[in-house]
Amino acid sequence: MSTLEITDLHVSVNTEDGPKPILNGVTLTIKDGETHAIMGPNGSGKSTLAYSIAGHPKYTVTGGTVTLDGEDVLAMSVDERARAGLFLAMQYPVEVPGVSVSNFLRTAKTAIDGESPKLRTWVKDVNNALQALDLDPTFASRSVNEGFSGGEKKRHEIAQLELLDPKVAVLDETDSGLDIDALKIVSEGVNRFASKGNKGVLLITHYTRVLRYIKPDFVHVFVAGRIAEQGGAELADQLEAEGYDKYTSALR
Amino acid sequence: MTVTDVARESVASALEQAPVVSHLNPLPSYDLADHPVPTGREEVWRFTPIKRLRGILDGEPSDARLEWDTSVPEGIEISTITAEQARELGELPPNERPAALAVARSGGAALIDVPAELAPGEPLVIRLTGASVDDLVWGHLVFRIGNHADVTIVLLHSGSARYCATTSFLVGDGARVNVVSLQDWADDAVHLGRDAIRVGRDASVKHTSVSFGGDVVRMHANVEYAAPGGEAELLGLYFADAGQHLEHRLFADHNQPRTKSNVAYKGALQGQGAHTVWIGNVLIRKVAEGIETYEENRNLVLTDGCQADSVPNLEIETGEIAGAGHASATARLDDEQLFYLRSRGVSDVEARRLVLHGFFNDLIRKVGVPSLEGRLTQTVEVELAKTVLAGVPLGASLILPVEEVAD
Ligand SMILES: Nc1ncnc2c1ncn2[C@@H]1O[C@H](COP(=O)(O)OP(=O)(O)O)[C@@H](O)[C@H]1O
Ligand SMILES: [Mg+2]
Repeated sequence: MSTLEITDLHVSVNTEDGPKPILNGVTLTIKDGETHAIMGPNGSGKSTLAYSIAGHPKYTVTGGTVTLDGEDVLAMSVDERARAGLFLAMQYPVEVPGVSVSNFLRTAKTAIDGESPKLRTWVKDVNNALQALDLDPTFASRSVNEGFSGGEKKRHEIAQLELLDPKVAVLDETDSGLDIDALKIVSEGVNRFASKGNKGVLLITHYTRVLRYIKPDFVHVFVAGRIAEQGGAELADQLEAEGYDKYTSALR
Repeated sequence: MTVTDVARESVASALEQAPVVSHLNPLPSYDLADHPVPTGREEVWRFTPIKRLRGILDGEPSDARLEWDTSVPEGIEISTITAEQARELGELPPNERPAALAVARSGGAALIDVPAELAPGEPLVIRLTGASVDDLVWGHLVFRIGNHADVTIVLLHSGSARYCATTSFLVGDGARVNVVSLQDWADDAVHLGRDAIRVGRDASVKHTSVSFGGDVVRMHANVEYAAPGGEAELLGLYFADAGQHLEHRLFADHNQPRTKSNVAYKGALQGQGAHTVWIGNVLIRKVAEGIETYEENRNLVLTDGCQADSVPNLEIETGEIAGAGHASATARLDDEQLFYLRSRGVSDVEARRLVLHGFFNDLIRKVGVPSLEGRLTQTVEVELAKTVLAGVPLGASLILPVEEVAD
């Protein structure tokens, strides 16, 4: 059982000119077994929502609550949130020079599980996870994300998702910049994760094409820092045909 | 002899291989009169806290010595020679007061002879230990490395002293030499050192300077070439704590065609008054066509109250170069990197540790002395324990301006 509950969330981004409000009251509940797609134009605040859930220091929550199974997520530090079962696949994964993927993964797995993984199976698990995302085993000895192509970075995020096995995954435009083969590979990874059961997925995307491979239970249209409309998978088809104009023009 | 600018210029135009015109690199001379006591306003001394050198530059005679403990592979001979003999061997003459004093006051030099074609599997290790900062110790060393020899030399400095030394590495044709100088002094030590390397034809030299301990450490690594085809890689790693002054001055003198130099120094600073200085001078002389050079210095500032000075300086006298570039950057620990690691459940402290090890890792690997890698990693760990692992706040989350030049 796991439920991520976001209620009336208000968030500002810290800028040089002071705080700038981005999220204006987001309410969303993701129960386990559910995949929610958030779709919205560039700049509507999708990444702000993702980062706020993960606890990025650039963002300040000015109102509302986020809970995971009733626990106050906003009171947790960044790493506590991850250990509580949240995972964020980033739109722009960060390069960490000099830290090998294998060291990084082992450190993260140890932190999440509270004990180091069994040596005998771990190496195999890592190789399998990389292979499943079409990353060859040499990636394990490379520095985290350094010199990875855009697509390799995204695939590395999903390999981490499968290895770390959180309760709820927030995927921020994991589909952007992927060619069709990579998109399929990444989608299969997300579907494998979701099919384990008791998992929540918040799939943030700009485009509808990923929804051909990952079937959402709910679609939310995200505009100007709040959810403008929600519905089932059919809402995505409508967006595909009509775009965001209807929602953005309403604001003008 | 006092060298005026005029004299310098006429020498320079008379001889293709003339000493350098750069004000940063004065004419070499054994005569102490050519190296007056610095005031601290000179370009080459302006970063150095002269008062904290505890009178070394006055040049008082002293018989005090560092304790030598050596591991010498078979075939390598260590002996004592006179200063005159060192000069006749073709050592690199002093170009600064500390080196000139070291020659004048040491009363002879240690000669370490590596015969031609010798390739011991084990490194030559010289452990130099000081008894007390009250000891003023002069040091004069000459390493003579024969043609096609292949040797690793490790110099480990520890304990305490006021130590002022000049060391020449005369590298034969086709030789491969890996030198590591580790400054792991006690908190009160003062060390003025100059490692001067002459690279033989087609020889390749790696020199790594590692500075952790000491109150003031000021190290030169100078390279010049005896013939075309030589390569030098100058590496450095330093970690300055509160109140420490760690200064590294590089000089790659491309005085021969088709030579290479590659400089990479990385440092971290933590605590009030931690000060590091990196001066990277590269001179490409008129004759030095087809050379390649790259120099890089990166500093990581871990707390407030630190200062990292970093000055790359490229002087080019010929247009016919294969490649030349430099980069210098000083930054805080990267918040985005820390966030990324922490978003995977890694604790704040562990994330900082990972990023810092990552920062130094590639350099430690490049040192290429497996028996030393563990020790270096461990020393980094010990240094980190002082702040990062102790949970001391690392200051504002601001990224300092990064300057990057590649021409
Ligand atoms: N540091 C910042 N300073 C000013 N505005 C910012 C800053 N960071 C983000 N924003 C603004 O916040 C809004 C939402 O950004 P983001 O959450 O990245 O949108 P999305 O992911 O939907 O494209 C955008 O208008 C963006 O310009
Ligand atoms: Mg975004």
